[in-house]
Amino acid sequence: MVTGDPTAPLLEMQGIVKHFPGAKALDGVDLDVVPGEVHCLLGQNGAGKSTLIKVLAGAHQPTAGTIRLDGEQIRIPHPVAALEHGIATMYQELDVVDGLTVAENIYLGHELASAGFTQRRQAAARTRRLMERLGHPEIGPHQEVGALSAAGKQVVSMARALSRDARVIVMDEPSAVLDSGEVDNLFRVVEELTAQGIAIIYISHRLEEIRRIGDRITVLKDGMTVGRNLPVASTSTDELIKLMTGKDVEYAFPERPGVPQDAPVRLEVDGLGLGDTFRDVSLTVRAGEIVGLAGLVGSGRSEILETVYGARRATAGTVTLDGRTLRRGSVAAAVSAGIGLAPEERKSQGLVLDEPVYRNVTLASFARMARAGWLDERAERKASQEQAAALDLRPRDVERSIRTLSGGNQQKAMLARWLVHGCDVLLLDEPTRGVDVGARSEIYALVRRLADAGTAVLVVSSEIPEVLGLADQVLVVSDGRVVHSAPAQEIDEHQVLDLVMEGTSA
Amino acid sequence: MTEPTAVPPADMETKKEGRTRLPSLLSGPAGRNVGLVLALALICVVGVITGGERFASIDNLMVVLRLASVIGVLAIGMTFVITSGGIDLSVGSVMGLTTVWATTWATQAMADDLHWVVMVFTAMAVGTVAGLVNGAIIAYGRVVPFITTLAMLASARGLAEMISNRQTQRVQSDAFIEFFRLEPLGVPILVWIFAAVSVAGWFLLNRTTFGRRTVAIGGNAEASRLAGIKVQRHTLYIYGLAGLTAGIAGAMMLGRTTAGTSTHGMLWELEAIAAVVVGGTLLIGGRGTIVGTVVGVLIFTVLTNVFTINNMSTSAQLVAKGAIIVAAVLLQQRFANRSKST
Repeated sequence: MVTGDPTAPLLEMQGIVKHFPGAKALDGVDLDVVPGEVHCLLGQNGAGKSTLIKVLAGAHQPTAGTIRLDGEQIRIPHPVAALEHGIATMYQELDVVDGLTVAENIYLGHELASAGFTQRRQAAARTRRLMERLGHPEIGPHQEVGALSAAGKQVVSMARALSRDARVIVMDEPSAVLDSGEVDNLFRVVEELTAQGIAIIYISHRLEEIRRIGDRITVLKDGMTVGRNLPVASTSTDELIKLMTGKDVEYAFPERPGVPQDAPVRLEVDGLGLGDTFRDVSLTVRAGEIVGLAGLVGSGRSEILETVYGARRATAGTVTLDGRTLRRGSVAAAVSAGIGLAPEERKSQGLVLDEPVYRNVTLASFARMARAGWLDERAERKASQEQAAALDLRPRDVERSIRTLSGGNQQKAMLARWLVHGCDVLLLDEPTRGVDVGARSEIYALVRRLADAGTAVLVVSSEIPEVLGLADQVLVVSDGRVVHSAPAQEIDEHQVLDLVMEGTSA
Repeated sequence: MTEPTAVPPADMETKKEGRTRLPSLLSGPAGRNVGLVLALALICVVGVITGGERFASIDNLMVVLRLASVIGVLAIGMTFVITSGGIDLSVGSVMGLTTVWATTWATQAMADDLHWVVMVFTAMAVGTVAGLVNGAIIAYGRVVPFITTLAMLASARGLAEMISNRQTQRVQSDAFIEFFRLEPLGVPILVWIFAAVSVAGWFLLNRTTFGRRTVAIGGNAEASRLAGIKVQRHTLYIYGLAGLTAGIAGAMMLGRTTAGTSTHGMLWELEAIAAVVVGGTLLIGGRGTIVGTVVGVLIFTVLTNVFTINNMSTSAQLVAKGAIIVAAVLLQQRFANRSKST
C-alpha cells in the first residue's frame, strides 16, 4: 500500500467490509478525509466506489469496520442519520424535484414551518444566502428547478446539503452531466465550499479534473484500498493507473482460436453518427469475431450499439449486414435481418418479468414459429428446453416465471432468445452486469462458443479487463469517437485506461 | 396469461412440482377464476334466498344474460386494451355513435335497397375507424391513452348528437328487428353473439401471435420493441379491435332497443373497465383473462338483477358496485404480491 502524509482527519473509515449474498463488494477499505480538502476517490468499475459511498450515505450497512467523525465512532443506520451527522451525498442522478421551486427543493423534508404552515419568506431569504455562499446569486428561490440546467440543479443539490449543515459532501461523477463551461462553474463552487472548511469526496474518472481541483487521492481496487492519501501534485498518472489495474482477475476467459483471414465480414458500420452523442463510427465484425468497445459511462458506447440495432435512429452513416444496408431506426428490420441485442438493463429492456422463461426465450421468434397467426407453443417449449439444456440454464424448468431466475440465468435466457431466433450478429451491452462471479466465466464461454459457430459479436463493457479478455479486436471509445483500435493481444489495460481517461481532455 | 394452457410436457421436474403446487392453487391463474365463480355463486345464492322463484327461473336467467351481452362485448375489447397496458374511455360513446350512424336516413335507405346487414356493417366500420383514430394518436402521436380516449369520449358523443340532432332514430327494417328477436335453442341471439365474441376473444388472446404480442407489450413494451415486435403498429390494432367490439355492441344495442340515439352507452366504459378489472386482468397490463372478464360482467349483471328483484334503489346499487370494485382490486394486489415474492 502506498501511503501519503496524514493530517488530523474529519472523517475516518477503517477496514470497511461489505458482503452481499455471493459477493464481497468491499474487503477492507480505508479512507480519511481532512477538513477543507477535495479528496478524490479513484477506481475502475466494480472496484467498490459506489458501495463505499452508499455505506457513507447510510444506504448500506457495513459488515465490518469503523467510521469516525471528529475522532468519535459513529453509526449510520439510515440515510437521515447520514444527514444528521453532516454527511451529504450527491448522486449522479440528481435527486431534485423538477416541479418544485428552488427554495422548496432545498428545504424538502425539513421545511421551515410553524404550526404546520411553511414559512416561505424565511425559506426564500435563507435560500438567497445559500446561493450567495455558493457564488450563484442569479438562481432565485422562486425559480422552478425543472427550468434550470443540469449545472443549476447541481448547485441546488449542493445548497440543500449546506442547508443541512453538511461538513462532508460526496460527489459522484458530478461533471458527467455537464459541458465544459459548466464544469468551470462547478469547480468554483467546490472551491467556495472547501474554503469554508467543508470536505469534498470527489469521484471522477477524468484525471484532468482531478489534477485541477483534487488535493489527495485514494485508489480502490477489488474492494480494497490500494493507494491512500496520495498527493495529487506529486503522483504520476502512470502510478495511478498501475494501482487501478492489476492482473488478478478471478474469472477465466475462453481461448481465442483466432479469426481466419478469409472469414466474411458480417457487420459493417460506416460513418455512423447520432446527433451530438457520437459521430463517425466505423467498424467491421467478421464471422466468428468478437469486437469489443471499451469506454467510460457516457462515452457513447451503449448508444453506438443501440443505433446499430435501430433502437435509435442514426443521423448519419450506414449499417450493413452481409452486404445489405439496414433501414435506419427500425429494430424490426434489424431483427429480421439477423441482428440480436442483449441490452444493458436486462430487467427493463430485455425481459417480460412475469412471463414464463420459454415465452421470454421465444419473444423474438414466436411469430415465426406460429402458423398463420396461431401460436405453436409446443415448438416454443421444445426450442426453449433445448436451449436451456445447451446453456445449462438453472433451474431447467422453462415454465417458471423469469423473475425468479438469477441475473446470470436471465442473461442466458437472453442469449437463448437470439440462439432460437438464429442471428448472425449479436450485440451485447454489459453482458455480465448483475451476473455473479461464478456465472461470468460461463457467459464468456458461451459468447465465445457462439462466435466459433460463426456469429459476429459486438460487445460493450465498462469493465476493461472484460473487453480485453473476451474480444479479438478492441475499439476504445471516448467522447463519442473511436480513438483507438487494436487487436486485444496488442493492447493492455493500462493503455486502454490511459486512452479513455486522457481522451476526454482533448 | 390466465387460462390453463396446454398440458406441460411431463418431464421429471414438472411432475415433482405438481404435488407441491396444490396448496398455492388458489392464488394461481385457475384459482383466480375459481374465486370469481365462487363470488358469482354466492350472489346467486343470495338471489335465490331473497328472490325465490322470481330469481331462479329460466326466464330471469335469460333476462340477465341478455342484459350482460352488450356490455360484455365491450368488455372483451377492453380486456385487450387493458392487457396491453392501455385504457379506452371512449367505448361507451363510440358505441352510441355507431347506433346513430347505423340508423341515419342514408344508411337505412341503403339497407332497404340491399340488406339489413348493411346497418350492422356500418356500425362495425364506424366503431373500428374510431378505434383506429384512438390507436393512431396513441401509438404514433405518443399521447397517453387516458387523454386520447377521453377526447374521443367527448367528440364521439358530440358527433352522435350532431348527426342525430338529438333525436331518437327508429330502426325501420322489420327483418333487422326480427333477427335480433330470434332465440335459437331458447337462448336470445344477443347472448349467442356475446358467447361467440367471448370464444373468439379467448382464442385471440391465448392462442394467436396477436394475443402474445398484446401480453408482451403490456408486460414490458421496451423489451418487446427491442425483441423486434412492432409495438406502435400493434397498439394501433388493439384500439381498432376495441372500436370493432364497440361497433358490434352498437349493432346489438340497436337490436335490443330498436332505436339509435346519442345517449346509448352513457358511462358504459366505466362498467366495462370495472368488469375487466374485477375479472382479474391487471390494470397495469401484462396479464389478461377473457374468462375472468365474462365472469366479471356476469357478477355485475346478476348483482343488479338481485337488487332490482328486491326493489333496492339504483343509488344503493351504485354504492354496492363501488365496494365490489375496491374489494376485487385489493384482492388482486394481494395475489400479485404473493406471486412476486415466490
